[in-house]
Amino acid sequence: MNFPSELQYSKSHEWVRRQGNTAEIGLTDYAQSELGGIVFVNLPQVGDEVTMGEALGDVESVKSVSDVYSPVTGVVSEVNEALLDTPEAINQDPYGAWLVRVERISETEELLTAEEYQEHIRTEQ
Amino acid sequence: MEKKTPLYEAHLAAGGKMVPFGGYILPVQYGQGVIAEHQAVRTACGIFDVSHMGEFLLTGASALESLNRLLTNSYDGMSLGRARYSPMCNEAGGVVDDLLVYKKGEEEYFIVVNAANRQKDFEWMSGHLAEGSRLEDISNQIAQIALQGPNSQKVLEKIARAEQIPEKYYTARFDCRVQGMDCILSRTGYTGEDGFEIYLKAEDARTMWDLLLKEGAEYGLIPCGLGARDTLRLEAAMPLYGHELTEEITPLEAGLDPFVKMNKADFIGKAALEAKGEPTRRRVGLKVTGRGIIREGAPLLAGDRPAGVSTSGTHCPYLGYPVAMALVEKEFAQPGQTLTAQVRGRQIEAQVVALPFYKRNKG
Repeated sequence: MNFPSELQYSKSHEWVRRQGNTAEIGLTDYAQSELGGIVFVNLPQVGDEVTMGEALGDVESVKSVSDVYSPVTGVVSEVNEALLDTPEAINQDPYGAWLVRVERISETEELLTAEEYQEHIRTEQ
Repeated sequence: MEKKTPLYEAHLAAGGKMVPFGGYILPVQYGQGVIAEHQAVRTACGIFDVSHMGEFLLTGASALESLNRLLTNSYDGMSLGRARYSPMCNEAGGVVDDLLVYKKGEEEYFIVVNAANRQKDFEWMSGHLAEGSRLEDISNQIAQIALQGPNSQKVLEKIARAEQIPEKYYTARFDCRVQGMDCILSRTGYTGEDGFEIYLKAEDARTMWDLLLKEGAEYGLIPCGLGARDTLRLEAAMPLYGHELTEEITPLEAGLDPFVKMNKADFIGKAALEAKGEPTRRRVGLKVTGRGIIREGAPLLAGDRPAGVSTSGTHCPYLGYPVAMALVEKEFAQPGQTLTAQVRGRQIEAQVVALPFYKRNKG
């Protein structure tokens, strides 16, 4: 399982790639593996406000639906529309298949490093 | 505390993701995932551990009378080795369980029931037997492996003799001895594909499982879990107890009319079904036309009018779109009717379609 060290991770299995005051958000390799084959993605619209700790959308696999939680408070600047047609990209390339980009970030929750996230998964199981 | 089937270690060895189900620990999927397992059964073959199912033996001169009393279907005129499916009703016409009955001998019937209902069924049936009938629960001694998919027969032919393999759907050969293991080979299944259900002694299960994996490899055989079992049966529009059938749903509402012989002298629930008359709600198939999966328990609307509720639903890997089954008011049960499901605060549109969603080529 892959845990790129340059990313930050949330306890609810999202990854964050910070670029100045923008954050790119996606689902971790562990999340996609737990979900199984993803068949639908529900994403917010550009301009929507997202709040730290609250769901910004959800992903649906054959087995279940899971909320995607925003690790930051801000405004959605970009949405990965391609995922609406090919949601399985999240399974194939979890760190390339970003879900949303968020700007004007006013708060960020405490995020984990790659090592801390791996430890978190170990204790969660 | 959940029980393990005789194949528990085999599932761990194959990378199974274990979950509790019907009082047992079973694999929901293996490494390749539900979609790959589903496709394997539709295009090649797969094996499932179904040892959690319950098996009873009904014997006695009045066994046939007991069956006809307890079950809505007729058990007259069966040849040896024949299997017949039936719902089993309570006095109010609701369904206690749905089950399969094989004629093993003139006064001997082999009955297969849902794992979750095993104790309930045994108590219910025992309490309603005709005088002189005897019911025995033999579930603990029996394991069951389902071999399903278009390549099933080719795989079975590698390990069993031709005359042991039942030819017709819904028939079985009892007293087979395959590679030194006593077993029942039944041409039945819960996937909508050609296939077999192999009943054998619990202590032989692992040997048979490993043998099928080995001999089936060249035909694309992979182990399949509960996840694929559900997507396959849903695609084939087969009802699942606890969803399309419950004690509050009659077999006629569930569309099981061919298995309810109202012209039988009597059966438990007949009077109630007669009193209820034509069902005012019916099981239908829904093809999801909107975005998302409609699972069980979603309220359905026709415009702004309550139309019913979904009872099962999933994404269909083979068909490529989500489907659901639902119990819907008669007036909205026609193919072509548009309904809206309320799912997680959103509306998802669906259309009533004729069942089954998928039917195999009997070519």
